[in-house]
Amino acid sequence: MESIAQNPWAALAYLVAGVCFILALRGLSSPATSQRGNRAGMIGMTIAVVTTLVTHVPRIAPPCPTGAICENYGTPVLDTLTLVELLAAIGIGAAIGIVTARRIAMTAMPQLVAAFHSLVGLAAVLVAGAAFLNPGAFGIASDGVIFLQSRIEMGLGVAIGAITFSGSVIAFLKLNGNMGGKPILLPGRHAINLGVLAAILGLIAYFTQDQSPWIFWTVTALSFAIGFLLIIPIGGADMPVVVSMLNSYSGWAAAAMGFTLHNSAMIITGALVGSSGAILSYIMCRAMNRSFLSVIAGGFGGDAGGGPSGAAAVDRPWKRGSAEDAAFLMSQAEQVIIVPGYGMAVAQAQHVLREMADKLKAHGVRVKYAIHPVAGRMPGHMNVLLAEANVPYDEVFELEDINSEFAQTDVAFVIGANDVTNPAAKTDKSSPIYGMPVLDVEKAKTVLFIKRSMGGVGYAGVDNELFYRDNTMMLLADAKKMVEEIVKSLD
Amino acid sequence: MDFISILSVFVLACFVGYYVVWSVTPALHTPLMAVTNAISSVIIVGALIAAAAGSLGGAGETSKWLGLLAVVLASINIFGGFAVTARMLAMYKKKVR
Repeated sequence: MESIAQNPWAALAYLVAGVCFILALRGLSSPATSQRGNRAGMIGMTIAVVTTLVTHVPRIAPPCPTGAICENYGTPVLDTLTLVELLAAIGIGAAIGIVTARRIAMTAMPQLVAAFHSLVGLAAVLVAGAAFLNPGAFGIASDGVIFLQSRIEMGLGVAIGAITFSGSVIAFLKLNGNMGGKPILLPGRHAINLGVLAAILGLIAYFTQDQSPWIFWTVTALSFAIGFLLIIPIGGADMPVVVSMLNSYSGWAAAAMGFTLHNSAMIITGALVGSSGAILSYIMCRAMNRSFLSVIAGGFGGDAGGGPSGAAAVDRPWKRGSAEDAAFLMSQAEQVIIVPGYGMAVAQAQHVLREMADKLKAHGVRVKYAIHPVAGRMPGHMNVLLAEANVPYDEVFELEDINSEFAQTDVAFVIGANDVTNPAAKTDKSSPIYGMPVLDVEKAKTVLFIKRSMGGVGYAGVDNELFYRDNTMMLLADAKKMVEEIVKSLD
Repeated sequence: MDFISILSVFVLACFVGYYVVWSVTPALHTPLMAVTNAISSVIIVGALIAAAAGSLGGAGETSKWLGLLAVVLASINIFGGFAVTARMLAMYKKKVR
């Protein structure tokens, strides 16, 4: 089988690129080595692109003199026009990419990542389409007949790419607020989805026997449709899982194209990205105590406050505190643990929160941050927001590492989080969030809980036991305003 | 490379991916997604081949334009992905003692 990576030096270069990508992920094991890792990734990508450009210099047949027979006339010469077009295409992409990366707000990271996933998906579709139209260029056909194995790889590649594209577009629209976070439930959607999926697989199987264009393009169209159908029933709060899952798909799409092109850099990358997304989806599902299938089946969780309202909430007694009370309690404390959630990001309160922490430290208080895995709209989102506000990363702890400390803590300060602090997840078997790992904030001597009003509930639509406990003081206000007032009272 | 060699690379890379990703600290999961997104755009290799091959004439014209468009999309991702990752990673600082 004649293929493109047959030049041994090129194959070696692609392998080196693949190793660079492994090192890029390896670097992320600690913030100290992470920047070096990112550079390894850039080096790997440069190697892959340069190798391809060198081994695939665009060539063109020389102009044919009049009267000559021009079939296979002379050796092809450098096609300058195409080379310029290629470099221009890279340049345009680079400009758009760099400007976007510089301008994007950190709170908007989830939608940016979703948008980027959609581009990988669409690029995979285009490459598969190009390979289908011109298989000779990829060395996957003889006399226009595409090899059997390549047809399967191409079919799977275009299908996964198309699903990644349309799914990511929907995820982007939901995360960006262009589309409501509420799940859209079509009647009989499971039957429709399974039917479309079966049709795609059936057509790919048929494609191995018959390489007619209509089959290829129908597979593409159906895959676009299923990506759309799969994501619309999933609620806004489940987006961390969806974004991770699409991350995984974009990897598998790259791997499938790597098989078609016999390119080790693409295969290694695809496998890395595919497993990375799959692991992140698993971590997110575990943190919500939900099975992956139930997330994919959809229908759960609109945006915060979208669920059934906790009617019982109104009658029970609870304590209300002021900013001065909160400032006094915290300034007297030995240790304060701050529990941020998505609400903090929405209120853009991270900077003033760090200011509060600085003031507290000046009072001799030890300040730590506790992050639940699903705080935010994508894995690790809260950590980035805190880092942006100059919170040192060694003050920020994961659930398992800090949960035992709440019992020795004077004040737990909950800002913008709700369900992840609900003790009912540990005790109440009838609660929809029963079994979900939660932060043990109620074990702290005092819990300060910032919330806009007593009416709303978290995305799971359940009332939080924490509000009515003796050691809880509710601070009812906009998160940012409340923290600003606390900062003033601390002076 | 025959199919089995390619498959071996793929399967082994899946295992490498599994272990490497579990060792990533949860605090860096967002940069992880941004950087995986950038590297999955290595699909640009296929796009470049399609775009460069088209000029040898014949059926390649459409294929070439699909390839060029894919080059643009993948470059957005590559440059955007690495740049935004670098921007995030630069924000993670240790406590000043």
